[in-house]
Amino acid sequence: MTTTELAGKSVEVNEEGFLVDPDEWTEEMASELAELHGVATPLTDGHWVVIKYMRKEYFENGTGATVRKLGKASGVNTKELFQLFPKGPAKLSAMIAGIPKPKGCI
Amino acid sequence: MTNTLTENATVGPKQTVEPKQTIEKVSIIVSKGSLEGIYPALIMANGARNEGIEANLFFTFFGMDAIHKDRHEHIKVATVGNPGLHMPTWAGGLPGVSALATKMMEKKIEALDFPGIPEFIEMISDTGAGIYACLASVDLFGFSKDDLIEQVDEIITVGDFYEMAAGGQIIFT
Repeated sequence: MTTTELAGKSVEVNEEGFLVDPDEWTEEMASELAELHGVATPLTDGHWVVIKYMRKEYFENGTGATVRKLGKASGVNTKELFQLFPKGPAKLSAMIAGIPKPKGCI
Repeated sequence: MTNTLTENATVGPKQTVEPKQTIEKVSIIVSKGSLEGIYPALIMANGARNEGIEANLFFTFFGMDAIHKDRHEHIKVATVGNPGLHMPTWAGGLPGVSALATKMMEKKIEALDFPGIPEFIEMISDTGAGIYACLASVDLFGFSKDDLIEQVDEIITVGDFYEMAAGGQIIFT
């Protein structure tokens, strides 16, 4: 675990880069996190739909959605998800949304 | 490679922060035609894509049932010679047992919200993974490209497969 600075705030992240405390997240951090992890900025509406959906899922269900659920329920389909977040949509969108890595294999 | 995440990490004078090892590409061979023989390969391919790892699926021999239009919705659990099922061989061979075991397995799969094989392969193709059929097996079984589902990118030779897999990991299932 290390402390890093995002959007002017000091936050703790784990070795992979996920925020340790999702409540510390602010929307301004999303762009910085996206740049750090290879997601194209500026973030588009499509990105934000997924980011907001992931946070909603985390606070309602205790974990972010897996790629399959994202593709079915977020309004963004699988193909588009991989265009927005090429290196792993569920993992990356969770990181950018300040929530832990989603649990689930599919 | 520097980024704000490792800049603040404390390391002793004699230690070096080793870059984390990553897998960049996996090429997975699917050679079995049973439900329990096909799912692991699909889960590995989908899991790879979810981690940003490039993935290819190469269907050969009975694995091609998973990409055959007439067969991909009828994949069964092998109940004979399958010690993992904890069912005696004579019982597994009775009429209807394989169909029953398959139904039970499919119910559990649906309850966990896992996709069935056709939907799963469609999903994996949407993630950008390559879907290929083995030319030798296609010839052996007398198939044509029309028999195969639309997600199949190409029918290729083993040499093509090795070229495609170069630099990455090969997983045989």
